[in-house]
Amino acid sequence: MSWAGIVMLLIALILAVFAPQIAPYDPYADIKVNIMDIYAPPSAQHLLGTDDAGRDVLSNFIYGARVSLIVGFFAAFISVIIGGLIGISAGFFGGKVELILMRFTDIMLVIPALPLAVVLVALTSPSLGNIIFVIGILGWTTTARLVRSQTLSVKERKFVLRAKAIGSGNAHIIRRHIFPLVLPLMVANSVLVISLAILEESTLSFLGLGDPTMISWGQMLNFAFTRGGVSSGAWWALVMPGLGIVWVVLGLTFLGHGLEQIFNPRLEAHHLSVGKNMVTRAKEGAGNAQP
Amino acid sequence: MPNPKNPPALLEVQNLSVEFMPDKNTHLKAVQDVSFSLHEGELLGLVGESGCGKTTMMLSLLRLLPEAGRITAGEILYRNQDLLDLEERQMSDYRWKEIAIIFQGAMNALNPVRTVHDQIAEAITCHEEKTPKEKLDARVSDLLEMVGISASRGTQYPFQFSGGMRQRVMIAMALACSPSIVIADEPTTALDVMIQAQILELLQELSQRLGLSVILVTHDLGVVAEICDHVLVMYAGVTAEYGDVDTIYNHPVHPYTQDLIKAFPNLTNPLDSLISIPGYPPRLDALPAGCRFEPRCPKAFERCRIEQPPVYELKARHQASCFLVEGQK
Repeated sequence: MSWAGIVMLLIALILAVFAPQIAPYDPYADIKVNIMDIYAPPSAQHLLGTDDAGRDVLSNFIYGARVSLIVGFFAAFISVIIGGLIGISAGFFGGKVELILMRFTDIMLVIPALPLAVVLVALTSPSLGNIIFVIGILGWTTTARLVRSQTLSVKERKFVLRAKAIGSGNAHIIRRHIFPLVLPLMVANSVLVISLAILEESTLSFLGLGDPTMISWGQMLNFAFTRGGVSSGAWWALVMPGLGIVWVVLGLTFLGHGLEQIFNPRLEAHHLSVGKNMVTRAKEGAGNAQP
Repeated sequence: MPNPKNPPALLEVQNLSVEFMPDKNTHLKAVQDVSFSLHEGELLGLVGESGCGKTTMMLSLLRLLPEAGRITAGEILYRNQDLLDLEERQMSDYRWKEIAIIFQGAMNALNPVRTVHDQIAEAITCHEEKTPKEKLDARVSDLLEMVGISASRGTQYPFQFSGGMRQRVMIAMALACSPSIVIADEPTTALDVMIQAQILELLQELSQRLGLSVILVTHDLGVVAEICDHVLVMYAGVTAEYGDVDTIYNHPVHPYTQDLIKAFPNLTNPLDSLISIPGYPPRLDALPAGCRFEPRCPKAFERCRIEQPPVYELKARHQASCFLVEGQK
């Protein structure tokens, strides 16, 4: 399943990276439009039709992958770093530190993220950087909880006591003994955080809070929705960005669950193998048959 | 056994008491008023039933108790320096460099995701940060060879080692900073008899070769008799009896030690029947008012129920906590 996820993501990545080469038109170029070009159905010239401004939907779709992936990856990066720091500190130090950090996490967890994101983006200017920042600082809560619980269990392992007996300081123990055992979990989790960040970016853009100068899938949905795409029956302008979002999020989810299974052996894998190749002694009778 | 030369002890523990305070109003006296000393090159055996405070006391020597643990009284003099006076940062310098510990169930004391070589090197760099890499690698290889593991296996991970080998890796790690004292906390539990013998021989040999002092925590009285110089018998957190091996095995004075010796097979007279001491050690939250051994003691009398016997010093380095020895010298 994780392979399906990797393939799906690779396709999206290739689209995003090589957008100028793949896309038939440049969506940022000035174009002259006449009335026939608006919401024109798919044709040989425009394989997926045009949108409300007469631009090629396919090209928009390909360029839109860029924004969605950039926001997704960078926002998730911020989230995982904040969540990792808070989770490890809370789990390792315990006591008052843990109490304060975890209550803060709980508060962040119960505040509905989307309305807060809407407010924060509305207060700042809706640029790409701001959107990444807002999504990043709102999405770390589950990572923090997960990392804390893993840290708590690693902290009790005997080699941590041994490291203390050696005379290592806290920073050393966290870096060399706790972090390597928490990292796999953070990686698996970060994949799921990316998918959430992409969804959130699309939602914000759909609500009209995206960067107006950048084409993203959420933005395309917003335009199609608010500028008469539905009433004129231009399904192509709606379906394509929706499909893109589902494609990437599904790919990430597949990959995330796959990684989780690899990193958390208790879920499935076992180091003892089972197989018909295990017994290699010669079959009885086969050797004796020859005189 | 009076020592004619009287060299200063390497480690002198005096009246050490450790309590656990899981909450503010609970004081569990895990170790009370224990004294012993350890000279250079000596092997001290620490024996007692499970849960009688052996590990707690060893951890408190390194100031590594669990969160609820408190050292409430006593002195731990290492080369005349009281370890309990030190700042936490200074204490880190003593850990492993002066006193190393091989943990109980030491095979779990290795980090599963790092190579064996890396982890032994960690112990060295922790105290000598600027060790050049070639020197470090050579030292780690030497240590592995010293405990009978081929140096080439250093690049492997702990799961590729057997239990006995992991134990030997821990011994190698304990020797990494050339400490003066190694605490071996049940170094042979969960190992089979052959490996046990190997590990103990290794410890004894290393102690003789490197002039190491070893505190051996164990349940095995036979091992203690064979390799140790002195024995400290603990019961429910207090010293039952402390003395040299000969005194403890041949002329024990505390009823608990006497029964303990009788509970162990005697090879010179194998037809003796073994006894067992009825009952269990007391729980820490329900200690008897008097002597802690009184409920199980065959020689208990009225006073034992009321008063806790102090630790009587019978002669130099022979102590017992029993009213029966009061006034004896």
